[in-house]
Amino acid sequence: MGTDSKSGPALSVDDLSKRFGDRVAFHDVSFEIGYGEIFGFLGPNGAGKTTTVRTLGTLIAPTSGSATVAGIPLTIDNGIEIRQRIAIMPESPGLYLHLTVLENLECFADLYEAPDPKERIGRALQAVKLSDRAHDACGTLSKGLRQRVALARALLSDPQVLFLDEPTSGLDPSATRDVHELITALGRSGVTIFLTTHRLEEAERLCDRVAILNTTLRMLGRPADLRDRLFAKALTVRTVAELPEPGEVFAGLPAVDGWRHDALDTYVLTVSDTRVAAPAVTRALVAAGADVLSISESHHSLEDVYLELIDEENKNQP
Amino acid sequence: MSLSRRRVRAVLRKELREYRRSGAIVGAMVILPVVFIIPPLIQIFALPASASDALQGADVLLYMLGIPALVPAALAAYAVVGERQQGTLEPVLTTPLRREEFLLGKALASLIPSLAISYLVYAAVILAVEVLAARAVAEALLQVPEILAQLVFTPLVAGLSIWIGMAISTRSSDPRTAQQLGTVASLPTVAVAALIAYNVIHPTLGIAIGFGVFLVLLNAVSWRLVSSLLDRERLITGTK
Repeated sequence: MGTDSKSGPALSVDDLSKRFGDRVAFHDVSFEIGYGEIFGFLGPNGAGKTTTVRTLGTLIAPTSGSATVAGIPLTIDNGIEIRQRIAIMPESPGLYLHLTVLENLECFADLYEAPDPKERIGRALQAVKLSDRAHDACGTLSKGLRQRVALARALLSDPQVLFLDEPTSGLDPSATRDVHELITALGRSGVTIFLTTHRLEEAERLCDRVAILNTTLRMLGRPADLRDRLFAKALTVRTVAELPEPGEVFAGLPAVDGWRHDALDTYVLTVSDTRVAAPAVTRALVAAGADVLSISESHHSLEDVYLELIDEENKNQP
Repeated sequence: MSLSRRRVRAVLRKELREYRRSGAIVGAMVILPVVFIIPPLIQIFALPASASDALQGADVLLYMLGIPALVPAALAAYAVVGERQQGTLEPVLTTPLRREEFLLGKALASLIPSLAISYLVYAAVILAVEVLAARAVAEALLQVPEILAQLVFTPLVAGLSIWIGMAISTRSSDPRTAQQLGTVASLPTVAVAALIAYNVIHPTLGIAIGFGVFLVLLNAVSWRLVSSLLDRERLITGTK
């Protein structure tokens, strides 16, 4: 049995695997997540993300490996205790459409045996900005509003670990921003967020760390670190006119490892340290009499990292 | 294992609210017993007073014990597989709700309208026999021990039918198939009621008490047994 202390990791996963017969859902997955951390879980369709969430949420049993969820070892006997400390918002809201928003939340507040359910429900509705729709039947709500009800439902138990499966799917930009603010606020209040998403800009904006899963864990780290690991740092130089001898300008400069002509007046320099290379490049261009339009650091998004990894895997597949 | 009354009540209240919102559910439950009871009633109304001698000692009205067997069968068979089909099962299973609590809440939700419908039909039949049948026929049919047996056995028979329906529901992947199987599975109980009514089986007080105790035990065992059939992984992933 676990303890109530939040001294250890909120989630600790060690060589966890799940197979369905011959099919491998995920294999040898290991990671640790701290309390209050917002952790992004990315991967293509069929990568095993939802199965991982269901396994950690005690809905399905792992084939091998071990895990600790909210301080409690993941075993069949501990299922109820774990589920008291976590909440899962599945991709499909799964609301009772004949019941009102309030009735749906009352049902789940009772299932969690939440103390002072009225206050909890009021707080959850306020958090997702749905207080004025409390008496509407869920069947009459739009997809986005249903998603928000499902999020309110997940907040009822004051979970230590909150699993969110595509929480902004189907939401308009304004509602998406509200959910992002809510996730950030929850993270700040110490709730661990395990965010499964296909929206890479969402993961980049919200997550302290991300993991990319494609049956096995491919990468794990802060979005910036993943970029650095996968892509060389680069400077993009734009001049008014093509340089007559670019090789002579860029050769031998400190922290510049190589260069290539990208377009007529654009050069991409591979560098080891942009803070050293950029001033040196500027000086060299001025000395060569070039009219410089811009020198900028090349940025790769998390999407670039993701696509690079997935494309690489697709190429390596027989 | 300690059960939480609050969680059982949450499931029960949710179910009853759903019944209230979709009247067709309860409406469909009423149709079957009405159809079930009309033909014998017409026969009873047509009986002359002289037929009362033949009815003495027969337990004709126990035929109605088929009603609590039939009424909840489809509802119980829909209970789990229906939630699964609607996509509402996964959120429920992610809560600390125990399997036993979930099924008990569902069973009570099937039992309550079934009892209400069964007792209402009994009352209507007794009233109709009293008013419309020949006096001597009514006196021969409406025996206190029989009516008492009816009242006592109704929840037990309904309970058994519910657990059979639930067992089917936990293992089925299609609500329509589950409901059909649930109804078919309730037929043996209907057959026993019919055999009693037609005097093929003549229950004595001893047999009635023994059978009552047996049904109580069977209901308790069935609850545990069906709970063990409810497999979260299979229900969520459709595998295993």
